[in-house]
Amino acid sequence: MSTTKNSKVTLKKAAILKMGVIMLTLLASGCSSLGVEPWQRDLLAKEEMALTSAPIDAALDDHIYFSKEASSGGRSFGGGGCGCN
Amino acid sequence: MQLSQHKKSSKNHSKKLKNLLTTATCALLGANTAAEANTNVFENWKFDTALMVYSEVNRVSAAETIIAASKKFKNDEVLNLKVTLDALTGASANGAVAQPNPQTFTSPSGSSGSNYRADANKTPLDDTFKDTRVQANAQWTQPLSNDYTWSIGGNFSKEFDYLSVGTNTNIAKDFNQKNTTLSAGLALSYDQVKPSGGIAKPFTPMLFGDNVISGADAESDDEGDGSNNKITTANSDNKTTIDLLFGLTQVINRRMIMQFNYSYSQVNGYLTDPYKLLSVINDGGLTQQYLFENRPDTRTKQAFYLQTKYHFDSSIIDASFRYMTDDWNISSQTVDLRYRINLANDNYIEPHVRYYTQTAADFYQPYLEKSAVLPEFASADYRVGKMDTYTLGIKYGMPLASGTSMAFRVEYYHQTPKDAGFSQPGVLADQNLYKGIDAVIAQVSYSF
Repeated sequence: MSTTKNSKVTLKKAAILKMGVIMLTLLASGCSSLGVEPWQRDLLAKEEMALTSAPIDAALDDHIYFSKEASSGGRSFGGGGCGCN
Repeated sequence: MQLSQHKKSSKNHSKKLKNLLTTATCALLGANTAAEANTNVFENWKFDTALMVYSEVNRVSAAETIIAASKKFKNDEVLNLKVTLDALTGASANGAVAQPNPQTFTSPSGSSGSNYRADANKTPLDDTFKDTRVQANAQWTQPLSNDYTWSIGGNFSKEFDYLSVGTNTNIAKDFNQKNTTLSAGLALSYDQVKPSGGIAKPFTPMLFGDNVISGADAESDDEGDGSNNKITTANSDNKTTIDLLFGLTQVINRRMIMQFNYSYSQVNGYLTDPYKLLSVINDGGLTQQYLFENRPDTRTKQAFYLQTKYHFDSSIIDASFRYMTDDWNISSQTVDLRYRINLANDNYIEPHVRYYTQTAADFYQPYLEKSAVLPEFASADYRVGKMDTYTLGIKYGMPLASGTSMAFRVEYYHQTPKDAGFSQPGVLADQNLYKGIDAVIAQVSYSF
């Protein structure tokens, strides 16, 4: 039973890793043709288009979810720094 | 006329606030405040402040204040400083299962007179939690030659039973006319936990009444003072964390940007929750005693994170997905969606939806059976059990005069612990071991 579970998990992990590698390759090969010229950055340059456009909200959310759930990190460092978990 | 007067007064107000805060910052940093505060040295500081209240129905309430200051220097170097203050109060599930009869527990501070109770058919909650935390972060970011950006920072956090110090560094390189950015980061932290009453010996029982160890009788307690509701191995313990973060950011077109991150985290040391218990039940489902939990002393986590932002004509969608997996057999998926709708006069409204699901750690179990052999590790903490959560929120932002702005955010957060297939023998069959938790988050932010 637990072997099946483990092999399922391993398969799932392998599939995700594969997906990641494919995505990275696609991104890397497509990167040179993607993008904009410097004068086309009118929208991207806006503060609200930054990937983390509300860092304070993000910090507060990270703290809440870090202390209430078993996952952290991804967007930034996994952090910690509180005895809440 | 009135409007311009109003603008002027709010500009003055903002300036005064800025001066006040810069003076305070200088004082904290030991700078020569009198000489510097009146010059234009701090003219380019930007402040972001927020007050957030998190409140669970019948459980924990927390208030958190953040003051962040950042300054851009003439060669595009950026200094970020942040102070966070937390106050926490209320009740938290102690890990024991609900019973058809009332239950009594000894509070962590241990004095024989301080007990807390759980009513019949109620999830036992330890309501003796009270904590305050202060955290400080500093981060320096600067461009280097050849499209490189380098950043270094440190953080410090202290609460009465916990201390954390950490440092991090990150390097990023832009390619392809800054349309592609690769980054790599490293963070190290050292945490020390000094729980009230000391570190419990794994799977030893919570002590009651006359059995509470007081002062000199506390044989294995190296501290030996006060009284104790547990048999201890030490009065504090620690853990170290190494985080690695690799990122790829790509501008897709004029309206769209994407990011992919991979993070690896290795934690070593004391990872047990010093306050959590497990009920030991008999075949009839009745609790015989409470044991302190025990978790493995290493954990390796990996996370894959994908985010994209798309700018429509007058709105922005921000979507992210995270998959996390670890060697405790927890895997989780998080989907987060924010949709910012720009309104007239730079006001905006932003609905938010988040969904999270996790599998249980392989040592999670809601109780221990008296007739079974004690496992190597076990925890009944629902946060390492199977669980789904969702968040629904809305934010409203508006600019004020002279570059200042305000935002309000309200969110509803629901946690649904799930049964991962454990039996509920005897009287436990009538108990809800996976009670949902409702919380409300309210936040006000002010930037100037």
